[in-house]
Amino acid sequence: MTDHTPALRLEGIVKTFPGVRALDGVSFSVLPGEVHALMGENGAGKSTLMKVLGGIYQPDAGKIFIEERETEMRGPLEAKANGVMFIHQELSLAEELSVAENIYLGELPRKSFGRVDWATLYSRTDAILEKLKVGFNARTLVGDLSIANQQMVEIARALTVDAKAVIFDEPTASLTDAEKVVLFDVIEGLKAQGVGIIYISHRMEEIFKMTDRISVLRDGEYRGTLNTAETNEDEITQMMIGRSLDISRNVEQVELGPVALRVENLSCGHLFEDATFEVREGEVLGFYGLVGAGRTEIAETLFGLRKPTSGQIYLKGEAVKITSPIDAIAKGISLVPESRKEQGLVLGMNCRDNMTLPQVGDLTAGPFVSDGAEISIYDQYRDRLSIKSPSWKTAVGNLSGGNQQKIVIGKWLSMQPEVLIVDEPTRGIDVGSKSEIHNLLRGLAKQGYAVIVISSEMPEVLHVSDRIVAMYHGRIMREFCATEVTEDSLIQAISGIEGTAA
Amino acid sequence: MADQAMKSLGSVLARQGILVAFILFMVSFTLWNPRFIDIDNVFGVIRSSAILGIMALGVTFVVIGGNLDLSVGSMLSFSAIVVLDLHENPAFGPALAIPAMFAMTLCLGAINGFLIGYLRLNSLIVTLGMLSAIHGLTLTYSGGQNMDIANQNETWFDVFGRGEALGIPVPVLIFLLLAAFLGIVLAKTPFGRKVYAVGGNGTAATFSGIPRARVVFMTYLISAFCVATAGLIQASRTMGAQNTVGQGMELEVLAAVILGGASLLGGSGTIFKTVIGVLILGFIQNGLLLAGLEFYVQFVVTWIIIILAVWLDIATKRGKLWSPIA
Amino acid sequence: MQNETLKRLIKNGAIWAFIVIQLVFFEVAGRWWSLSDSAFMDLDNMLLLLKQSAPIGIIAIGMTVVMINGNIDLSVGATYALAGIVMLDSMNWPFMEAMGDAAIPLAWLFALFTGAILGLINGVIVWKTGVDAFIVTLGAMLGYRGLVFMYNGENPTYHLNWTMVDFAEADILGLQTPALVFIAVVLIVWLMMTRTVHGRNAYAIGDNREAAVNAGIRVGPHIVVNFVLIGFLAALSAVAFYSGSGSVNPNDGMLFELWAITAVVLGGTKLAGGRGSIIGTLGGVIAIQLLRKGLGHIGADTETVNLVIGTILIAVLFLDRQLNRKGAEELKV
Repeated sequence: MTDHTPALRLEGIVKTFPGVRALDGVSFSVLPGEVHALMGENGAGKSTLMKVLGGIYQPDAGKIFIEERETEMRGPLEAKANGVMFIHQELSLAEELSVAENIYLGELPRKSFGRVDWATLYSRTDAILEKLKVGFNARTLVGDLSIANQQMVEIARALTVDAKAVIFDEPTASLTDAEKVVLFDVIEGLKAQGVGIIYISHRMEEIFKMTDRISVLRDGEYRGTLNTAETNEDEITQMMIGRSLDISRNVEQVELGPVALRVENLSCGHLFEDATFEVREGEVLGFYGLVGAGRTEIAETLFGLRKPTSGQIYLKGEAVKITSPIDAIAKGISLVPESRKEQGLVLGMNCRDNMTLPQVGDLTAGPFVSDGAEISIYDQYRDRLSIKSPSWKTAVGNLSGGNQQKIVIGKWLSMQPEVLIVDEPTRGIDVGSKSEIHNLLRGLAKQGYAVIVISSEMPEVLHVSDRIVAMYHGRIMREFCATEVTEDSLIQAISGIEGTAA
Repeated sequence: MADQAMKSLGSVLARQGILVAFILFMVSFTLWNPRFIDIDNVFGVIRSSAILGIMALGVTFVVIGGNLDLSVGSMLSFSAIVVLDLHENPAFGPALAIPAMFAMTLCLGAINGFLIGYLRLNSLIVTLGMLSAIHGLTLTYSGGQNMDIANQNETWFDVFGRGEALGIPVPVLIFLLLAAFLGIVLAKTPFGRKVYAVGGNGTAATFSGIPRARVVFMTYLISAFCVATAGLIQASRTMGAQNTVGQGMELEVLAAVILGGASLLGGSGTIFKTVIGVLILGFIQNGLLLAGLEFYVQFVVTWIIIILAVWLDIATKRGKLWSPIA
Repeated sequence: MQNETLKRLIKNGAIWAFIVIQLVFFEVAGRWWSLSDSAFMDLDNMLLLLKQSAPIGIIAIGMTVVMINGNIDLSVGATYALAGIVMLDSMNWPFMEAMGDAAIPLAWLFALFTGAILGLINGVIVWKTGVDAFIVTLGAMLGYRGLVFMYNGENPTYHLNWTMVDFAEADILGLQTPALVFIAVVLIVWLMMTRTVHGRNAYAIGDNREAAVNAGIRVGPHIVVNFVLIGFLAALSAVAFYSGSGSVNPNDGMLFELWAITAVVLGGTKLAGGRGSIIGTLGGVIAIQLLRKGLGHIGADTETVNLVIGTILIAVLFLDRQLNRKGAEELKV
């Protein structure tokens, strides 16, 4: 690490959204030739910070310096012009165009009559690809490449400009081990050229292998920067979850009922394999793991949205096959899905209609939907979940995230399910609603519901669960009792650190 | 306070803009020429809009469900030709010809619904293909000949197109009754709710246990039913039909539905608004004719109105008049 | 990777394989089942085919560009008719009549200018209002047709000029003018889409609009240029056709937009944009015309051609989706 002016420095960045202070005075700097990890739980503000850096959001306060020159990022182009490049988790490529065209998108070299100067384009591209030592050439169509190679194209794009800082957002999420090796080589190369690198990842193993320093965010606040060589996983984990030692845990002793749902050796292709677990009435089972670990896919399979390739599901001891959501609902399973806006709600529809949607066919008076029956269900769950909405006629899209989520939960509670699956119950909602929803989930267990909670946030799983299942890469790594598990062992289990498999 | 009032006025305008425009249009034309809202004139307008209007009712279901139906024009030709041919067939006669034609037209709707609902194929291309295929089917069926009823005085078949009941022309009666019936189905029944859900967010509908494929299938059956009804009126009114009688109507019908405020993305629109859309088209045509202009001036006026209506709708939603496209 | 390349080959080759099958089928059916006394794969026959496919073919090329760009144009049929009327009517203007045959190129220019302006109007509306191109051009389809009628009522517009007819029927190597124009358009637009910055950006915009915007491509002007191009090509198609026929009916060009879209989709262009090729569309246009002629050749009712094309269009869509399926792991929504 050469030590001179920082490649990139942030000073007191603040960004608020209605009801949420997403970034609260974040300051840190990245030196040239340094790999700087940015860590924090989901919702800690990493992605908001990256959007501020990329010019997609404008900060409410704070300054960005590139090589100590104060810079305003008013849009993606300006970020690029200032030498800040992103390797996105979701790739931003045109699949029907060639590698070269994608790398120089928006800046194709020209000849007369607006013709593309292919010779220059290909030679420049090949020169860059040469450095990356990839197995494809400038003329290959991006759509024909594997995800890993598509990521290489994005990296190559970062190399076309005189990059001061390159930000990698979860770059290894969809890579195989061999592909990771190549990626790490590339990062080493960039480092050698004196580029400052921000590396966002949840995977401790990679962080300790790759990075020089680690900065931690928690709840939108900057918690400090440590030298990687002088710290350890425990210390980082504590910084990330903060309340580590006094974290509120579920310690209630609940009278457990019979097994409501049992799953044996359930697999769906490579999405998840050999999942075995059970949940009892009166119990909350937490599923903890990184995005893409296969948690959501298990839930979707239980809800009849995916066809399992092998394994067996038992409801109250009886072997069942669940073929569709209609079937799942009839068998007493409800799913509050991961993505509220895409899967949970019809945003243009009003609150009441959204809430009664799964049972609208039963709420009839003669051939018509019974207004009275619908409103009474809506009123009941509005009060029970303290939903704040001007009226039932308000379009759900106009409510806050927390109230939207409560509508989805109300929708499924009103179905009186035997098993309630809740996927990411509090993603993107404010702190107040968050604790309300947590209390609600606990309350449901107390009333005898069998509840499965899927979450990427450790305080959440610890707070609501009786038992916790940790998943990594489509497999259940271990099962913990919530009152006894340590944060370290949980983090290690979901990071795939060797020796933790059950 | 005044701000609040302006705001709510603005939102009413945004939601009911097309109705407001319609009323303004009617009032100004009436002031200019009182004959405009003469009862005979009004019935005349609704009567001439009835065929287009009935088709638009069915297409409203399809569009709210998030799809398109470009096959309604050639389906209209098909149903008119078929019912006329069967009418002339001694084995059928008018009493059997009508149900037989309905059955055949519903089969075509079922093909649309199967391909788009169950096989999840793109509705634009499927119904474009069906437009062509049904046109071919009609030509093959008729051998390229126009159909006519030979003994026009010996049949009661003309009642649908030319008859009157309670002093109201039968096509108008059918249009209004069907609009009322389908309006209630869409607004008040569980099925109607499901159509909105599927069109508004098909994924969320599936996640809510709504049989998306079946709902889409049903919208195409409804569309075909409306076309068959329109075809019956068309055939009965002229007591004969050309193979191409419905040609080009698919896009006019769609224009009426969009003018009524249904979004092509699905999930919004109502039967009432579609009827307003149809009437606007009808009254514009009528008003321009009364003003002594040729019928085709209405095309140009319709063009301007459609774009203004959709533009204002989008502009109020995004809060900016001009699009942010660079 | 191999698999993807293979799929691509199958997709791009399918339309040509279909054409070859048609050729063989109609030849064999005509000769061996004695349904026809003449050969099908006859040079004159094929040259004629190219000429007959020109009017829709030229428009379909423009439609390909607009669709690759992620838009659609439903107003081309009306643009075609209006450009035809402007061309023929302008020949009757006193100062044009005074110019004699020298007025011909001027009339062509008027027509082409009309088409480009109509396209420009669509493009600017799509850009500036943000209203979906489907709706904008659906409205324009009605509006432009209204203009067609306003021009000359319900009467046909005609002007017969033998020099113009001679020009339209002139041939080089057996190819008549409309066919030559068609081939030239295919070549030029193909070069534009494969070799120029504008063409490549059009693909990028249709493929991943957000990525294009982030890369600093100005989406709006590209959209406008492509609408001007399709308007121009619709007018060019009218010039090629009406120079020979000398008479425009106000209903001419109806359903051209749908035929053009059919040819474009058969040629493998993706409805959502980003994928497609000019050569593929050429294949789609030829395949449709071949079917039309072939069915006539074997004595089948030519009316069945619509039935067959509609069925094939749906079948292509179905096969395309089967090719793109992800298999058992797919989410059932």
